[in-house]
Amino acid sequence: MLYREAGQFKTSYAKDQAVFPIIQDRWFIALVLVVAYGVVPLVANEYWLQAVLIPFLIFALAAIGLNLLTGYAGQLSLGTGAFMAVGAYATYKITTVFPEINILVVFVMSGFVAAGVGIVFGLPSLRIKGFYLAVATLAAQFFILWLFNKVGWFYNDNPSGTITAPPRTVFGIMVAGPRATAEVRYFISLTFLVIFALLAKNLVRGRIGRSWMAIRDMDVAAEIIGIRPLQTKLLAFAISSFYCGVAGALYVFAYLGSAETEAFDLLQVSFPVLFMIIIGGLGSILGSILGAAFIILMPIFLTNAPALFNLPMPTDLSKHIEEIILGGLIVFLLIVEPKGFARLWQIAKEKLRRWPFPY
Amino acid sequence: MNTARDIGDVLLKVEDISLSFGGVQALRDVTFEVRAREVLGIIGPNGAGKSSMLNVINGFYHPDEGRITYKGTTRTAMRPHEAARQGIARTFQNIALFKGMSTLDNIMTGRNTMMHRNFLWQALYLGPARTEELEHRGAVERIIDFLEIEAIRKTPVGRLPYGLQKRVELGRALAAEPELLLLDEPMAGMNLEEKEDMCRFILDVNDEFGTTIALIEHDMAVVMDICDRVVVLDYGRKIADGSPDQVRADQGVVDAYLGVSHG
Amino acid sequence: MDLMNILFIAPFLDMADSPVFLAEVVIGGVLTGVMYSLVALGFVLIFKASGVFNFAQGAMVLFAALTLVGLMERGVPVWLALIGTAAVMVVLAFIIERVMLRPLIHQEGIILFMATIGLDFLLQGVGQIAWGSNVKVLNVGIPNESFEVGGILLNEFDLFAALIAAVLVGVLAVFFQKTAIGRALRAVADDHQAALAIGIPLKTIWVIVWSVAGIVALVAGIMWGAKSGVQFSLSLIALKSLPVLILGGFTSIPGAIIGGLIIGVGEKIAEIYWGPAFGGAIEGWFAYMLALVFLLFRPQGLFGERIIERV
Repeated sequence: MLYREAGQFKTSYAKDQAVFPIIQDRWFIALVLVVAYGVVPLVANEYWLQAVLIPFLIFALAAIGLNLLTGYAGQLSLGTGAFMAVGAYATYKITTVFPEINILVVFVMSGFVAAGVGIVFGLPSLRIKGFYLAVATLAAQFFILWLFNKVGWFYNDNPSGTITAPPRTVFGIMVAGPRATAEVRYFISLTFLVIFALLAKNLVRGRIGRSWMAIRDMDVAAEIIGIRPLQTKLLAFAISSFYCGVAGALYVFAYLGSAETEAFDLLQVSFPVLFMIIIGGLGSILGSILGAAFIILMPIFLTNAPALFNLPMPTDLSKHIEEIILGGLIVFLLIVEPKGFARLWQIAKEKLRRWPFPY
Repeated sequence: MNTARDIGDVLLKVEDISLSFGGVQALRDVTFEVRAREVLGIIGPNGAGKSSMLNVINGFYHPDEGRITYKGTTRTAMRPHEAARQGIARTFQNIALFKGMSTLDNIMTGRNTMMHRNFLWQALYLGPARTEELEHRGAVERIIDFLEIEAIRKTPVGRLPYGLQKRVELGRALAAEPELLLLDEPMAGMNLEEKEDMCRFILDVNDEFGTTIALIEHDMAVVMDICDRVVVLDYGRKIADGSPDQVRADQGVVDAYLGVSHG
Repeated sequence: MDLMNILFIAPFLDMADSPVFLAEVVIGGVLTGVMYSLVALGFVLIFKASGVFNFAQGAMVLFAALTLVGLMERGVPVWLALIGTAAVMVVLAFIIERVMLRPLIHQEGIILFMATIGLDFLLQGVGQIAWGSNVKVLNVGIPNESFEVGGILLNEFDLFAALIAAVLVGVLAVFFQKTAIGRALRAVADDHQAALAIGIPLKTIWVIVWSVAGIVALVAGIMWGAKSGVQFSLSLIALKSLPVLILGGFTSIPGAIIGGLIIGVGEKIAEIYWGPAFGGAIEGWFAYMLALVFLLFRPQGLFGERIIERV
């Protein structure tokens, strides 16, 4: 089928404002969903689900969260790991105190807890910008993780200092804990991602998204046309932290199974998620997902590719090669295409739309 | 000059406004008024404090001294977003559009103060939020028609030429349906044709919507042509205030423009 | 009341109880602070002249230290290795200007900041592949004997480090205030366009500041490396310099020094006297929280210039 929008006339503003105004895009998304829900679980083995797909889905959710804050509202955050930790620890506390609450509901509740914490650490954003704000979010990163590490209440005074996903069922299906299958955890992560990606898309194409972008592009002018800077920024912090919080809950309950604060470390989580949105595209929901895929897949590729050619690849060497590729790619993309993969995808579509004509 | 409209009562009055940055006195005891439905020109040589005056009116700068009375309420200062909610909109000397957003989205931001659905509705994009969004889209499309910029609706404004950007910026200010519109050099850097278009838009806005307009402009021919009244600033002081003809005949104004030394 | 006692009374009683120990804590803090200052200094230089917030300063410290150790391990004499490393840092400055800064010249600060995060990773990867990533011992022949003055234990190495830092600051101050290049640097910091208009070649200036920052990184790398070994964690010092800069102001050289000292001393005292009340290890976040409080009340820092916004 040719990728054409000729002949697709919109007869109302409602149709013009749709998420996917072009028919072919709608078909494509439908196809992706069918594959994700119907085909992948049939063909993917345990390793692929556990080591690749589940972390990809969860990090994509966190990346969308950070992209709302950094890519849309222009507020740089290095505290993603901490906000994810809030979600994970909140889930742990709530579900151990109230085991009868549906765990999926608990995930969402933990998102709200993270949103509250996000608001507190977003408060300085009224007075400070850019890399100054990055320092404020670093304070969140170090302080929150220290708190979860030191105060036994957060991990129920567990002697190992870790939080462990207890077995939980929803409609009789084991969804968390050691006996939950990878397939179930995959479905849960996928569903959370699909729903929240759509909600995020709705937010960014409406009034709130425009307010965020206005603040990002020129905060002074935004204030002068009546956008309240504090409310707008705090809402961005709250919603972004909500997403990160839910992602953090899934990170422990649908992926790791058990974790301590190190799992949410700056270098383990906060930086990689930032790289996902730079590489995928600042200010793009699709870009967040593409970026997450890239960051998750690259190390797997680097460890496995040399083995195919029988080349030795010590792990620390592959780690440093990864750093070089990441660092180089970030500098390269910021220079040539700050909108990342998402923009390249768009360009490809524009070319396809005109094909076979060059212009 | 257009005299057909009935100029009303005082809409905005600034009294004894003084403002300084560090040691530099930008404004000194400036007093003048803007009447409902008039087109007021604010002129003066470079550095006379014209832009600072607009910044004081819409709350971006807070004056050291003086009072501002707008629609009968007197205050010393307010926040810019409050001013916007009170019906004051403005454009900037150096275009202040949101470069990453399309023309349509830029103008839609102008209607922000009128949109009320909270983020939960918006996240669902259902019911009231959707209706509201589409309603405002309709209003914005009328502005787009009015300014004749249909073709660039979906273009990111960063890619537009200067003259069109100025027009989009005017559109964003109009989208707020302001009572008082402040225009900071709306025609700077335009060629004759673009200036004529812009003059036409300004007069049409004034005529059709009864919007009060205060504008800063350097092109005297334009000012004399479209303004009902003119305020002249020089070195932060008001040196003249009156109809274009009165101001043109004023010796102090002539001196200021010719650069007679300030004894 | 018990909490009040732990927070507001007991720590001061402890201090009064043993002034010698307090003095040792303060001196320890000052010396760590000097180290922070050295790294923060590199940030300030680059920020002043190019408006770029160089997150990669920490990676530059690591890179310089790795290069130095690497050369010395291959039998290069110390003096030659120092010159060689300095030369590498200058070459690096050229490459960074040409490849990264020039194409990004008109971008916003936040984009440049993110680009330097990329550079940070790139330098870490390159440095560790080129010279190996195991922990290395750096010995450039600085004496390291302990002695006692009035009951307080001091270390020759620490004094030497403080001396070096003081000399470096002095040299930089003279460089900025008295030389033609220094004045040009300050002009560029104030206004890029204006500097270009009066014929100051921006790219030369940028190469110079990045080179100077590279050499400052080398000095910092030698000090930290000799103290705690050359390893990956060196690049993390950059994170500690951020609160230092917030306290001192991003454009002030004396600010970087004093900010470093405040953070160094502050976090040591906090850790030792208040840490137990919080369960310890508050050194990890104390500096950031202090900076956060500062940001709320004095965003321009102790010595920074006040920002006036214009439209």
